[in-house]
Amino acid sequence: MGVRSGSVETQRAIRPGYDPAGIDDTVNAPVLVGVGRTAAWWWIGFGISLALLGLYLASVVVLVTQGVGIFGNNQPVAWAMPIINFVWWIGIGHAGTLISAALLLFRQPWRTSINRFAEAMTIFAVVCAGLYPILHLGRPWVFYWLLPYPNTYGLFPNFRSPLDWDLFAIGTYASVSVLFWFIGLIPDLATLRDQSRTRAQRILYGILCLGWTGSAKAWQRYQRAYLLLAALSFPLVLSVHSTIAMDFAVSVVPGWNNTVMPPYFVAGAVFAGFAMVLMLAIPLRKAFHLEGMITMRHLDNAAKLMLATGMIVVYGYFVELFDAYYSGLEFERFMALNRVFGADHWWAFWLLIACNLVAIQPLWLRSVRQNPWALFGISVIVSIGMWLERFVIVAITLTKDFLPSAWGGYVPTFWDWSLYAGSFGLFGTLFFLFIRLLPSIATSEMKELAHHDAHHGSDPFEEIRQDVHAKEARS
Amino acid sequence: MSASATAHAGAAGAEPDLYGLVAEFDSVEALETAADAAREAGYRSMDAYTPYPVEGLDEKLGMEPTRLGWVVLAAGIAGALLGFGMQWYANVVFYPLNIGGQPLNSWPQFIIITFEMTVLLSAFTAGLYMLGRNGLPRYHHPIFSTPNFAAASRDRFFLCIEARDARFDPTAVRTFLEKHGPVRVSEVAS
Repeated sequence: MGVRSGSVETQRAIRPGYDPAGIDDTVNAPVLVGVGRTAAWWWIGFGISLALLGLYLASVVVLVTQGVGIFGNNQPVAWAMPIINFVWWIGIGHAGTLISAALLLFRQPWRTSINRFAEAMTIFAVVCAGLYPILHLGRPWVFYWLLPYPNTYGLFPNFRSPLDWDLFAIGTYASVSVLFWFIGLIPDLATLRDQSRTRAQRILYGILCLGWTGSAKAWQRYQRAYLLLAALSFPLVLSVHSTIAMDFAVSVVPGWNNTVMPPYFVAGAVFAGFAMVLMLAIPLRKAFHLEGMITMRHLDNAAKLMLATGMIVVYGYFVELFDAYYSGLEFERFMALNRVFGADHWWAFWLLIACNLVAIQPLWLRSVRQNPWALFGISVIVSIGMWLERFVIVAITLTKDFLPSAWGGYVPTFWDWSLYAGSFGLFGTLFFLFIRLLPSIATSEMKELAHHDAHHGSDPFEEIRQDVHAKEARS
Repeated sequence: MSASATAHAGAAGAEPDLYGLVAEFDSVEALETAADAAREAGYRSMDAYTPYPVEGLDEKLGMEPTRLGWVVLAAGIAGALLGFGMQWYANVVFYPLNIGGQPLNSWPQFIIITFEMTVLLSAFTAGLYMLGRNGLPRYHHPIFSTPNFAAASRDRFFLCIEARDARFDPTAVRTFLEKHGPVRVSEVAS
């Protein structure tokens, strides 16, 4: 498919005419304005987030004082809302790493303007996710027993347990994501130091940028380190969600003990993550007037990735059902039938098909992919759909596992919902602080892109694409 | 501070007080031309300061490639050995425990933690080695007293020929830098 006439703007990762100073002024202006001149929408959003964060903290206090009995978890549904929400949040995080690492390795320059806030989204989502298994432990204050540390019991944690794999995978993911994000921020923090308007800003950004000078030797090492971090983060992100899938796949529960789980979970994570990226990018570009840097091309590409990963996820649903049938195992077959037609929860499965299969089909159309309102709506639906997917996999599967005498039901309690709603407050508080205090677009990378754009065209594949287009026109 | 320091260096006429001569350019092309010429003129102790990484500038300035990749490889191997060794030691030597009749060294179950330890060690080595070799964090650097250096992180490009260069001669270097159309050339005290 060649470049159609009338879609020039969509092919550009940055609107022409941006010079380095212009990029700085556009991105850094909202960061450097005084507290009194902060936009009203920021205070409203931050206030709502803080209120929800209060709910989160209240729920945690109740949880720690009363114990996990405040949740709806029971036997047989021992894994319920906390694990559903844990998987949901961490899945969202994965798109950020893929944007910053995978797209860097694949030389996709359009990633530049969305990687910073997507990485921030990753970190904050991992914070929300990582707290869930800890809170769910029953005695959260001894979570460090999972770590291999010298202790008077003379014990090591069980390294054969997926719970410990989780700890290593999520711990590594969280710390490497923070490192990757911070290293990416250093040159931009130096820019903020140099453009700071108050003494407080100069001290804050001066300390945070660690004394960066921008020397050629420093850039040489910086770029190599950044590339290696990307190359390490890419397999890392795949391993993290595979490990989470392994928590399920290593068990003997019908519907969980399945080799399709790791790749299907990874695809689901990317799917949910791109939905969240769009839900953040669409308001952000409007609020900060970044339409020239987060262009229609970004929305279009994110939508395409969402469609592609969404279809992989749907393939996963059908493989699961087929596997259950093909295994010939009574319990597996019953599990599949119970998910799809079971009297209690059939609606969850069909709603999830509606959200994750039907609702994304309009994304085949360019006009939908380039309509921010439609994209935002579809992204919200996908996020709900991905939550339902985990609800089906985690809770519904457990309600009816082996012997009917051991079956049960599951109803989330108030505290299940309050902790979940509160985790949005935690995410929102961190995200609002981030967009207020740090540049939401990587300015040094954008300057490089703008320079490259002005001299060589914005896209390494642009020439190839034009060749194809010329051939198409001739034939 | 920079003005008095420059005056002091000028009055003494002595190089030890001088960090180097810095030319400010308003385009990356001008900087690249000047860097090329400086290397050809035989200057070795020099550095450029740019708001974004400029491809190939390190070669133009005659810099050796960084060893960072090799260090990270070594760290990755160490991480893998440490990760696997820890699990092997715990399960085979320190506290052998029969779980489901599996062999004590059930290595497929050790893969994930081994992999995570590999990534953890190599990623932090990449980040910390980069910071350490670049001398960061650092409280101050003489180059910050260059006039208008705040623009080095915005839209200007600086080339510094350092006083420790064997061929450094303030007058000759100034004449050389001024040939390449800088916005200004300044003396920077160390």
